Amino acid sequence: MIAQVVFGILLIAAIALFARNLGRIGRNIHLGKPQAINDRKAERWSTMARVALGQSKMVVRPVAGIMHILIYAGFIIINLEVLEIIIDGLFGTHRIGAFLGGFYDFLIGSFEILAIGVLLACIVFIARRAIIQLPRFHKPEMKGWPSKDAMIILVTEIVLMCAFLTMNAADFVLQGLGAEHYTQAGSFPVSAAIASTLNLSNLQPSTLITLERTAWWFHIIGILAFLNYLVVSKHLHILLAFPNVWYSKLQPRTEFANMPRITGEVKSMIDPSVPPPDPAPARTVAGAEVPERFGAKDIFDLSWKSLMDAYSCTECGRCTSECPANLTGKLLSPRKIMMDTRDRLEEVGKAIDAKGKWEDDGQSLHSRISEEELWACTTCNACTQACPVNIDPVSIIMEMRRYKVMEESSTRPALTSMFNNVENNGAPWAFGADRRMEWTQDA
Amino acid sequence: MPFNMEPSRIPTMAAFAASGEVPEVLFWVGCAGSFDDRARKITKAFVRILNAAKVKFAVLGQEETCTGDPARRAGNEFLFQMQALQNVTVLNGYGVKRIVTACPHCFNTLKNEYPALGGSYEVMHHTQFINALLKEGRIKVEGGGFNGKRITFHDPCYLGRGNNEYEAPREVLLKLDAALVEMKRSKQNGLCCGAGGAQMFKEAEPGAREVNHERGEEALGTKPDIIAAGCPFCNTMLTDGVKHFNKEGEVVVKDVAELIAEAGEL
Repeated sequence: MIAQVVFGILLIAAIALFARNLGRIGRNIHLGKPQAINDRKAERWSTMARVALGQSKMVVRPVAGIMHILIYAGFIIINLEVLEIIIDGLFGTHRIGAFLGGFYDFLIGSFEILAIGVLLACIVFIARRAIIQLPRFHKPEMKGWPSKDAMIILVTEIVLMCAFLTMNAADFVLQGLGAEHYTQAGSFPVSAAIASTLNLSNLQPSTLITLERTAWWFHIIGILAFLNYLVVSKHLHILLAFPNVWYSKLQPRTEFANMPRITGEVKSMIDPSVPPPDPAPARTVAGAEVPERFGAKDIFDLSWKSLMDAYSCTECGRCTSECPANLTGKLLSPRKIMMDTRDRLEEVGKAIDAKGKWEDDGQSLHSRISEEELWACTTCNACTQACPVNIDPVSIIMEMRRYKVMEESSTRPALTSMFNNVENNGAPWAFGADRRMEWTQDA
Repeated sequence: MPFNMEPSRIPTMAAFAASGEVPEVLFWVGCAGSFDDRARKITKAFVRILNAAKVKFAVLGQEETCTGDPARRAGNEFLFQMQALQNVTVLNGYGVKRIVTACPHCFNTLKNEYPALGGSYEVMHHTQFINALLKEGRIKVEGGGFNGKRITFHDPCYLGRGNNEYEAPREVLLKLDAALVEMKRSKQNGLCCGAGGAQMFKEAEPGAREVNHERGEEALGTKPDIIAAGCPFCNTMLTDGVKHFNKEGEVVVKDVAELIAEAGEL
């Protein structure tokens, strides 16, 4: 009974804490600009089914892709087992699903095989990071916490799988001994082998029960702790991948978002009889006035979707490893754009939590992302193509360029000449309209 | 060259409008196609194809102006919209329905970005247009002259990844009696030439190497006789990439339109 109460309290506390932190992330995402994304619903559902649920972009790189699918399938399917653990924990039952009979045996057997799969995949992933040292895991932006975060996740998953298999191995032996409470249920292809290898049947039943209970508690507490780790980690992608893909950009990749407010101003510039549009009112965000700007100075000026992108990024670096600028040694890394956006968003979110409202801290996205990075982008969209969860770093880069050019008049000198040429000659070079037909001379 | 010396062979929209006729398609020449010495050759090759197929086309001539693409990519939305709204006024004024262009940047802007500013047209890249002419039998190509040659096609980002068109240029190239060889990074995974996003008009940011050297090396790795391009900027970048490796004597960079014009002896 005490165990049930303790379990109930732990469960409620873990879920409440998780819900609170998730709510905080939701609030942070909505610090961004409103943007209505609710068109082409059928296409959105099918994209989500294919890309997020079906992992279609993961398998472009088959080794990582297949290993990832193992972990992903393991995560989803083994959660059925977690459901049973929760019911057992709350009601003091043991293997409540046993009434399913043969199907239960099949389920438990599959969980065990998946658990071994997850374990092996995690070991391969650790090896790829620590031993093979794949370049994309060792770029400058991965120093410190990001690398540690990845290792914590992989090691935790291994430990959780070990606890799961230990629990089953002890249970299997106890079932064989006919111990009280340990009803005959489940098939244990992996843990039976573990039990026999480790000679678990030589242990006293009371020791086995302690072992089984310890592993059971460790497994479920581990999962509840991991749930709460998600919100401070890149691992949040396991949840956000789904909505992030649903809301992903469906327009052609190289179609850039229009700025309707500028259309009004330009129309009035072209035709003086058209009155200029009313100045856009400032938005009130987290108790502070955020002026309407051209482009993005800070996270408030980005679409909420860009902010969700930032939280969905799991720092795999496929974008960066395909980026022509990064491949040729430029400073730009699309992954760093996403990480910087998220880190700045977290910084703003924490400040709002501490003070109850937003107060300008003199920092911005531009304190983290340099002009050299912004101007290195060729807008080729190799990054958006590579991203397994349809994150769009190009739109952040573009919004920041727009801010630099239109609010600060800051650009590369050659681009200023190009602007002048387009403005004066209608061409990016210094050739006038009168020479447009010169090519026909010898056509 | 003064305006009144324009050869009548290249009709303008103004001339069509004056005669009360409507062309089949507007050929959007683009700034590179009008002013860049290398790109002009592409323009002329495409005109030869249009003439051979007896396509009733027109150009805007002096009324054409930059689509605004480089201004928008470089963050100057005001300038982009100034250009775009002017162009939309001209295009709508002539009642233009169909546009073909040999520049994927113009193509992307006209096709995808003008509708939000009141300009909706059926826009084709010239490789799509040539492919249609071949399929309809309006032009015929004997690929004999290319027999035994190796051609590799470099996907322009704004045509391929940007607009999901990978097949039209390849279908056209397959009409030549040549071996079409793919680079490791092609189609969806094609590597940029380095010119997009207004990079064409500025110095590259500091780095270990130039993007077009990286791509040039990859293209040369397929041991091609010809590197085929579908974009005037890619063409410039790849030509420089080939020169960087001192291979300009062995490998030529040509636009798909130039190859078809050559093969058809147009």
